[in-house]
Amino acid sequence: MDRIPVLQMGKFLLVTIQVDLYDRLALNLESDLVQMVSKTGARGVLIDISALSIVDSFMGRIIGNIGNMSKIMDAETVVVGMQPAVAITLVELGLELRGVSTALNVVKGMELLHKKIGSLEDTTEEEEHDDSSAD
Amino acid sequence: MIVVLTKDSMIIQREQDVVPFRNRVKEYAVKIGMSLVNQTKLITAASELVRNMLKYSNGGNTVIEVVSKGRENGIRLSFIDKGPGIKDVELAMKDGYSTGRSLGLGLPGAKRLVSEFDIKSAVGKGTTVTITKWKNG
Repeated sequence: MDRIPVLQMGKFLLVTIQVDLYDRLALNLESDLVQMVSKTGARGVLIDISALSIVDSFMGRIIGNIGNMSKIMDAETVVVGMQPAVAITLVELGLELRGVSTALNVVKGMELLHKKIGSLEDTTEEEEHDDSSAD
Repeated sequence: MIVVLTKDSMIIQREQDVVPFRNRVKEYAVKIGMSLVNQTKLITAASELVRNMLKYSNGGNTVIEVVSKGRENGIRLSFIDKGPGIKDVELAMKDGYSTGRSLGLGLPGAKRLVSEFDIKSAVGKGTTVTITKWKNG
């Protein structure tokens, strides 16, 4: 069965969608990603859609679902690389990508993810430090 | 007056037919020199309508035409199914209304993305949606 590869990079999962998705593939990606988040304890998901020439309401819903599901699993989702024509079309279509952050490219997306979970990481590290000093 | 320059058709039966159909529409749009933004709008609208066809009536037939009106060229797409039809077309054209479990953006969204939009539906007989996107419209 066709699958979109999900790469793990440290605390993040990286997905590059390089083909136009048909429904089954998109649904597989959704479930694969959520399972990967659970298995790896990833804190962030970066989805690169720069190769997608269109995003229709179905794809938009899948991206939104991934964002919301990941959020429940304690991971942030950032969508990067949206083509300008796709952004124009999405707005006219009336689709808001709720629950998903976006960034212009992979580098900025990574920065955003670091920023988003960075503040949380700092506090947990401090707590751990406190614990060890108490021991 | 609208003149049909070329006519092509494609039968849609499975979800795997959606991507080839979109590519076919894109080919024609590129051929007439449609801008990238308009291409994207047209293909997105086509994708919504073809998806509807698969969802509500297990597919149907599509017609892709290159049409011309005066100096303007465009692409006209028809989506013809023999599904259950739509009881209340006016309601179906409202944002956020769906009898399936979708976002309810398909029909009204597609209408916003194209230059001309026409829908005819008869309960028990089927639905035909025709959209036109002008090259510069």
